[in-house]
Amino acid sequence: MNAIIVDNISKAYGNIQAVSNVSFEVREGELFGLIGPDGAGKTTLFKMLVTLLFPDQGRAVVNRKDIVKDFLQLRTQVGYMPGKFSLYQDLTIEENLDFFATVFGTSIQENYDLIKDIYVQIEPFKTRRAGKLSGGMKQKLALCCALIHKPEVLFLDEPTTGVDAVSRKEFWDMLKSLKQRGLTILVSTPYMDEAGLCDRIALMQGGKILAVDTPQDITKLFQRPLFAVKAAETFRLIQDLRNASFTHSCYAFGEYLHLALEHEITSSDIETYLASHNHRQIDIKRVDPGIEDCFMDLISQTSVPAQS
Amino acid sequence: MKAVITNKLTKKFGDFIATNAITFEVEEGEIFGFLGANGAGKTTAMRMLCGLLTPSSGEAQVAGFDVYTQTEKIKQNIGYMSQKFSLYEDLTIRENIKFYGGIYGLRLADINDKTAGILEKLQLQNVADALTASLPLGWKQKLAFSVAMLHQPKVVFLDEPTGGVDPITRRQFWEMIYEAASRGTTIFVTTHYMDEAEYCNRVSIMVDGKIQALDTPKGLKETYRVDSMDGVFQILARGTSTK
Repeated sequence: MNAIIVDNISKAYGNIQAVSNVSFEVREGELFGLIGPDGAGKTTLFKMLVTLLFPDQGRAVVNRKDIVKDFLQLRTQVGYMPGKFSLYQDLTIEENLDFFATVFGTSIQENYDLIKDIYVQIEPFKTRRAGKLSGGMKQKLALCCALIHKPEVLFLDEPTTGVDAVSRKEFWDMLKSLKQRGLTILVSTPYMDEAGLCDRIALMQGGKILAVDTPQDITKLFQRPLFAVKAAETFRLIQDLRNASFTHSCYAFGEYLHLALEHEITSSDIETYLASHNHRQIDIKRVDPGIEDCFMDLISQTSVPAQS
Repeated sequence: MKAVITNKLTKKFGDFIATNAITFEVEEGEIFGFLGANGAGKTTAMRMLCGLLTPSSGEAQVAGFDVYTQTEKIKQNIGYMSQKFSLYEDLTIRENIKFYGGIYGLRLADINDKTAGILEKLQLQNVADALTASLPLGWKQKLAFSVAMLHQPKVVFLDEPTGGVDPITRRQFWEMIYEAASRGTTIFVTTHYMDEAEYCNRVSIMVDGKIQALDTPKGLKETYRVDSMDGVFQILARGTSTK
């Protein structure tokens, strides 16, 4: 059974096509990630699925409700955490939560079980105004408010953008335990390393979906031989590798560079080339492509901005 | 000459010590990663170093100028860009470059030369007269960096410059950083991408207002016996805060 069905949906703002002909399905109980940079169309897609925007064309069904025809019913069944902090800054933590519970005709007590693990972390500050909270606390409060009416499907738009690596990990642990309760979760993120934490992902760029699959299978789209390369002078190493005839692409990847080849050659061939360019402390190893390698390969054709 | 020197630099807001006696030096031409969890005190420290906030105690010099008495000199000798605000969205690309060139006191002839150079380097000639709002975020950030470098500052402060930027443009951005550093500009950068921490010459990690660790990425990984900067960060950055 599918919790979300998106069928050929499009949305434009004036002459900017924000989302074009997007289709995908999310299964019940699935943790599904929309992975893409700023401007990919993730937020527009979210707003349509939670009935805040009507699509120009195409249709979508969330929790068996049509997002246009059944929008009022649907609103009580989805939880939405927007990318921009949208709670009442001059209400306290407790007042915000109580407000959202009341609006949805329920109470904090009735669904406390669902938010308990998250809420206890901010409860010591429950009389503090939302506007005075740290980024991490705001994020936890927003998640509680999105959950307080016990939605069937949870939409989280870039919940971890601008959040430090430790808090991001904690947030994903929270999502994992929500998933174990049977909630369907659609989450968007620009961080490629978070893609591996989803059951399935869609890679998005420029309003279009580039690929949909499990994180493991999506990397199979990357067919070229891939090596991790390191040497003493990183910046010169990038330049020299890009000029090599065997190179398809070369990008920095943390401590190493990732070198994708045009055709199969051995690591000693690469080493010979680098030694002839006076590189020192050369380290080369064959690696499996990750989601970020795959994403970069898929978007590499579209990196120059169009005339507007 | 050191690009940045601090000695027990401290900022208190009431009872709260946002930056707690931090002491470090940054070399000229170094790429210095300034890491820490949200709320660790990075922004407060950066604001003091940029001459925007008077310290409570301690000393600091940036590009040779004192953060108490020479803040105008500091502002003339540094560049700054952040993820949140850098360029005017309702000016064209060309107008933004001209505007900042004027602010930095460049002569018109210089501004025109620089404009041509930036447009060519970023391959933005065809969209030079389009509104900056129409550019994808990654291109805005590359343009913002070029604009922050217009007056050839000695030190440039980059506050989360690549947040939300696509992975290819993010790497192009870092190649611009490498290039600027290789010409002697000191780069002081914050990021939440741990792969970017590996690109820095040295990295400091702030926890609860203090600098908890400062070394090369290699040195930090050896000290904490992990194989990535993400590993180092996960061990150090949580601190004692309950947030």
